[in-house]
Amino acid sequence: MLGFLVKRLALALLVAVTVSVVGFVLLRASGDIAVAIAGEGATETDIQAVRQQYGFDRPLPVQYVEWLGKTLSGDLGRSVYFNVPVAQLIAERLPVTLLLGALSLVFALALSIPLGVVAALRPNSLLDHAALWLAVFGQAMPSFWFALLLILVLGVWGRLLPISGTGSLLNYVMPAIALGYYATPAIMRLTRAGMVEVLGSDYIRTARAKGLRTGKVLFKHALRNAVIPVVSLAAVQFGFMLSGSIVIESIFALPGVGQLAWISLQRSDFTVVQGIVLMLSVIYILLALLADLFNAWLDPRIRVA
Amino acid sequence: MSGGMSPGMGETPLLAVEDLRVDLPLEQGTLHAVRGLSFEVGRGETLCLVGESGCGKSLTSLAVMGLLPRRAKRSARRLSFDGQELLGLSERRMAALRGNRLAMIFQEPMTSLNPAYSIGDQLEEALLCHRRVGRRQARERAVHLLERVGITAAGRRLGQYPHQLSGGLRQRIMIAMALMCGPELIIADEPTTALDVTIQAQILHLLLELKREMGLALVLITHDLGVVARVADKVAVMYAGEIVESGSAVEIFGNPRHPYTRGLLSCVPVPGRTRPGEPLGSIPGIVPSLVGSLEECGFRERCALAQAACRRPVPLHRLEAGRAVRCVLADPAGAPA
Ligand SMILES: Nc1ncnc2c1ncn2[C@@H]1O[C@H](COP(=O)(O)OP(=O)(O)OP(=O)(O)O)[C@@H](O)[C@H]1O
Ligand SMILES: [Mg+2]
Repeated sequence: MLGFLVKRLALALLVAVTVSVVGFVLLRASGDIAVAIAGEGATETDIQAVRQQYGFDRPLPVQYVEWLGKTLSGDLGRSVYFNVPVAQLIAERLPVTLLLGALSLVFALALSIPLGVVAALRPNSLLDHAALWLAVFGQAMPSFWFALLLILVLGVWGRLLPISGTGSLLNYVMPAIALGYYATPAIMRLTRAGMVEVLGSDYIRTARAKGLRTGKVLFKHALRNAVIPVVSLAAVQFGFMLSGSIVIESIFALPGVGQLAWISLQRSDFTVVQGIVLMLSVIYILLALLADLFNAWLDPRIRVA
Repeated sequence: MSGGMSPGMGETPLLAVEDLRVDLPLEQGTLHAVRGLSFEVGRGETLCLVGESGCGKSLTSLAVMGLLPRRAKRSARRLSFDGQELLGLSERRMAALRGNRLAMIFQEPMTSLNPAYSIGDQLEEALLCHRRVGRRQARERAVHLLERVGITAAGRRLGQYPHQLSGGLRQRIMIAMALMCGPELIIADEPTTALDVTIQAQILHLLLELKREMGLALVLITHDLGVVARVADKVAVMYAGEIVESGSAVEIFGNPRHPYTRGLLSCVPVPGRTRPGEPLGSIPGIVPSLVGSLEECGFRERCALAQAACRRPVPLHRLEAGRAVRCVLADPAGAPA
C-alpha cells in the first residue's frame, strides 16, 4: 500500500510539472506579452523597456523557474480589471464553486447510481428503457437550456426555489441540478454496464450460494466491484462540472470562479484567466489522485501496482 | 449421520429430484439442457454424477441450489430437501437453506471469491448470515476450518485477499466456506478440474475425508471415473441432459448395461492393462444438439449396437435393485441384452 501511495504521488507530481511547463510555454507562445503590456501606441523602445523590466529577454528556462517560484508562493499576478491579486480573487470565489461542484456531483451520483443498478437488475425491462431515455435526454440537452427550463418551471411558475444569489443552500439547488444532470447519463450507463457484468460473475453466484440476502449480494458484493470504473469517471465529470460552472454561475448569478472566468474573458483580463486555468489543472490532478486512492481502497488488487 | 450406505425403506431421502428439467431460451430455439432427471441422495451418501462436458451436470446442480441464471427455466415434479419442497419456495426461504443446510463448491476456484473482500470477511459472513453469533465466534470457526482444510498460518490468511492465493488454496477456502454452517449436503461441481494435476488428488482426498468425518451427503460431479469407483455409493451417468444409467457403484462398474457407460469405462486407464503412454479409448462422434426435442436415442449415432428400435424415444427401464438403464438392449420385456 505504501509503495502504491508513493508511486501514485510521484505520478501526480510529474503530471503537475508537465502541465506547468506546457502551460508556461503556451502562455509565452500565445503572442508577445511585452507588446500587450506596453499597450497601444507604444514605441519599440517602450516595448524593449517592458521586456527588460519583466525579464522577458532572459532565457525561457530561467523565466520558467522564476514563474514557478512565484506561483508556488501564491503569487499569480495582478488583475488588470479588478486591480487586486489574482490569488485573492480566486480564493474569495472558490468556496462557492466547490460547493456547487460538490452538490452537483452528489445530485448526479444519487440519481445515476440507483438508476444504473435498477436498470442492470432487469436488463431490457421497461425500467431499463426508461432509464436509457432519461440518459439520452440528459446527454442531448445543453445545461444552460436545462437551467433556463428549471428557472421557468421551479422558479417563476412554481415559485419553489430562489432563482439567483447565494443567500442560502436553497440557492444552490437549481444550479446543482442543472449542472449535475448533465453528468448523470454517462455515470448511469457505466454503472449499469458494470453491474450487468459483475452480476454475471462467479463470485456473485458464490455470495448467493452462501445464502446471503439479495440486498447484501447487490450492495456489498456487486456494487463495490461495479463502481470502480465509475469512480474515475465521476472524477472526470467533476472536472467538467467546474468548467460548466462558467455558464451556470453566470445564469444563476452565483459569485464563483466560473462567473469570475466569464467576466475576465469578457474584459480580456488574461492574468486572471491564466490563474483560473492553473487552479483547474491542479484540481484535476488532485481529483484523479483522489479517485485512484478511493479505487485502491475499493479493490485490493489495485494497491499492489 | 444415519450411517448406512443408502436410506432405509420408507425413510425420506435427504435430496429427492424427480423429472427435473432446465430450459434455456436461445435465439435458435429452446435449449433443453436437462431433460427429466430423477435421483435421490440419502443422508451421508455419495452420489456421483458423471458425463461428458456439456451434458448438463452444472445446470443440474445449480437448479437444485436455486442458482440458475435468470433466463433459465426450471421445472420438476418434485425437488425436495429433507422432505421440504423447494419448488416455489420464496427466494428468502431458499436463501435461508443455501449455505446453511445445503452448500455448493464450484468448478472455478479462481473466480469464485470476491476480489474486493478479505478471505476472513468472506468466510465469516457465511456463518453470520445464518447464525446468531458474534464476529469473534465466526472468526474462530473460520480459523478452525481453514486449519481443517489444511491451510497453514490460518490466522494470517484471514487478512489476505483472493488474488494473493493460488488456485489450490482458493479451492480449499471454498471448501471451508461450504462447511461454515455444518451443512447436511454438499454439491461439489468438478471441484478439481481447474486445478493442477498434482493438487487435484489432494483436494479430492480432503473433501472426501471431511465428508466422512462430518457425515455429510455428497453429490460429486466429476469426469474422473477412477475417483467415482473409489468413492461413490451411487452413480448416475448423464448423456445429453438425461440419465442413461444409474445404480449402485458396484453394479455400474461391475456390470455396465448402457453402451455409453461401457464406452466411458473403456476410457479409464486400468492399472495393469493400460500401459503408460498408451492412448485411452474414447467414444467417437459428437453429442446431439440439445435444441428442440430428441425423438430418438441421443447416443444412437455413436453406438456400435444401434438398431431400428433406437430411432424411437427410449424410456428409462427400471431394473432390479435401484438400477435404471435408458437403452433398448436393457428392456426386460424382450430384446437380447
Ligand atoms: N448460461 C448459459 N447460456 C446458454 N447455454 C448454456 C448456459 N449454461 C449452460 N449452457 C449449455 O447447457 C448445456 C449444459 O451445460 P452445463 O454447464 O450444465 O454442462 P456440464 O455438464 O457442467 O459441462 P462441463 O463438464 O463442461 O462443466 C451445455 O450445452 C451448455 O452449452
Ligand atoms: Mg460444469
